[in-house]
Amino acid sequence: MIILKAENISKQYRLGNVGTGTLSHDLNRFWHKIRGKEDPYLKVGAVNDRSSKATEEYVWALRDINFEVREGEVLGIIGKNGAGKSTLLKILSRVTSPTTGIIKTKGRIASLLEVGTGFHPELTGRENIYLNGAILGMTRAEITAKLDEIIQFSGCEMYIDTPVKRYSSGMTVRLAFAVAAHLEPDILVVDEVLAVGDAEFQKKAVGKMQDISQGDGRTVLFVSHNMAAVKNLCTRAIVLEHGKTVFEGDTDEAINFYIRNQNIRFQFNSENRKKLSNDIFIENIRVCNSMNEIIDTALSGENILIEFSIANLNNTAPIHVGAGVYSQDDEQQFHCSTEVLDQPYISTKSKIIAQLSIPKWPLTNGHYYFNFYLRRNSELMDHIVQGIWIKSEKGDYYETGIVPSWNKGFYCEFEWN
Amino acid sequence: MTPRENDTWLYEISSEKKAFDLNLKEVWRYRDLLILFVKRDITTVYKQTILGPLWYFIQPLFTSVIFTLVFNNLGSISTGSVPPFLFNLAGITAWNYFTACFTGTSNTFRSNAGIFGKVYFPRVIMPMSVTISNLMKFGIQLLIFIIFYCYYLLQGFQLSPNLHLLLFPVYIVMMALMGLGLGMTISSMTTKYRDLNVLVGFAVSLLMYVSAVPYPLSEARKKLPATVADFVSYNPLSQIIEGFRYMVLNTGTFSWSGFIYTFIISIVTFLIGLAIFNRTEKSFIDTV
Repeated sequence: MIILKAENISKQYRLGNVGTGTLSHDLNRFWHKIRGKEDPYLKVGAVNDRSSKATEEYVWALRDINFEVREGEVLGIIGKNGAGKSTLLKILSRVTSPTTGIIKTKGRIASLLEVGTGFHPELTGRENIYLNGAILGMTRAEITAKLDEIIQFSGCEMYIDTPVKRYSSGMTVRLAFAVAAHLEPDILVVDEVLAVGDAEFQKKAVGKMQDISQGDGRTVLFVSHNMAAVKNLCTRAIVLEHGKTVFEGDTDEAINFYIRNQNIRFQFNSENRKKLSNDIFIENIRVCNSMNEIIDTALSGENILIEFSIANLNNTAPIHVGAGVYSQDDEQQFHCSTEVLDQPYISTKSKIIAQLSIPKWPLTNGHYYFNFYLRRNSELMDHIVQGIWIKSEKGDYYETGIVPSWNKGFYCEFEWN
Repeated sequence: MTPRENDTWLYEISSEKKAFDLNLKEVWRYRDLLILFVKRDITTVYKQTILGPLWYFIQPLFTSVIFTLVFNNLGSISTGSVPPFLFNLAGITAWNYFTACFTGTSNTFRSNAGIFGKVYFPRVIMPMSVTISNLMKFGIQLLIFIIFYCYYLLQGFQLSPNLHLLLFPVYIVMMALMGLGLGMTISSMTTKYRDLNVLVGFAVSLLMYVSAVPYPLSEARKKLPATVADFVSYNPLSQIIEGFRYMVLNTGTFSWSGFIYTFIISIVTFLIGLAIFNRTEKSFIDTV
């Protein structure tokens, strides 16, 4: 049974400063309306492409989106930042209405665009469970029935009658997620709220998400750019690009489609960066082979050198550096940090060159990216996601002149006796 | 898909706007939320203050003292056989409820943009909860009024409420509707045009002087120019204030035509406010 149907959903936004000229546009709209004409601004509007220069005053964040969701299905919605995912989510959760088009639904939709909406710092944990639950659409009786379960799931039993303002941020998030996880709507719309809390809790959260979607047969719309999570949870997916649906179908095919259209850069790229200090940060990163030549393709078995240039002004505290390697669908491959080796950099120089050497590149065919981070005194100072991409190709890993035939997974050292 | 399936949609999300879609069914479904918001407002307002709910007493008392000094002693406005302090306290108590509803709801959209931007519930719950939680404040202030009422009775003043006191609940509803209606209108308009927010602050204090709060309507007729006096007596708010004083202090005038007039105006104000509010709630998040 089709439980939700979106027909020709479009959403138009005004670019630039809302407010200047608003009145004149409103009056013009009104003038067209009383003469029975169509809204003049619906005819204009540029395609939603963040990086191109704005030439028109209006932009279509979504344009003619059509899809259907069957009962019990977990639909993934994937796309780059700014592809229109959040706008679609907002429309689905009735936070804003579409400019044109209609969404028909047979079930009650509850949306999780954020955990802990409406938490009041002065109220206790218990009171906030009730308040937050009610905001998300539960009735008092429903919450009371699940109260013990929610408290237990959050792991905050001890503090449940303490005002939330005394909680650590982690505890607040756990409590908030616990409430959200016990929602039981017909259709659940979830944003990437999974990326919260510590590792143990994340595992719990993903497990709960899987229970909701698989065990209980609930209909879920899941918006994410974490391909691994989409792959795990979703039965079908649509890909959005520049406000349009460019692919709809099987999850794996959708992910492949998305990846093919991804922006892969083999040079250092700090677009997705969280820099917390100007005293200490990663300036540049190079990936080289053993001859110190910059490369964009690594052969399995090859010696790979990754060179970090770190700006280090006024400080002598120990610095930890790390690099994580991820596959195209965001699955972590391996991780190289100075922490596990207990070898921090301690230097008074204003520029540190840190060299990471991977003696035998262990991966096979595919595109991989690195995430980098920098810590000072175990405090995160800089974090770069998809800092550099590398293409990996099969090579002579075992130094026998024979290139292995398999295309998946790792190479490891082994011996036969 | 069979044709039958088409008919059973639970609800639709579109840009269509219905003017008077009260959506009572949905508001009813969220009644627990309404109660929780009211509870939250009441319990959290005076947390971590020293005087706590005592602030509810202080504001009307001081205002009444000042009004008595300025208007009755300096300005020699006559309040008949009623002690001027009690007269002013009655006016201010009623007026406070209206302003609390009005100012409390006039920034609904802006101050709740955070919640409204993340989750859906019938938006009208917010201004409704403000109106209801202010009832408690009104109740406390009414209590002080009753205390002073008794005090003056013991002092030997001739005070007696009259039978119109039975209309008291209707007056509360009228004040609430008026405050809510105006507040919802302003809050909807401020999502696009911020100017109105500045206006509300001083408009409320000016409005008080043309709503017969510190003087009886009869004095207005006597001392003000005819046009202004007309304006004051046709102001539905002065009708409410005057009516309230009439039923508790038996002073001033009451007319059924004035009562019905005020009643209709407050319903119309509320409906206009609601219609504008409903138009705004669907997409205000894009402009706020």
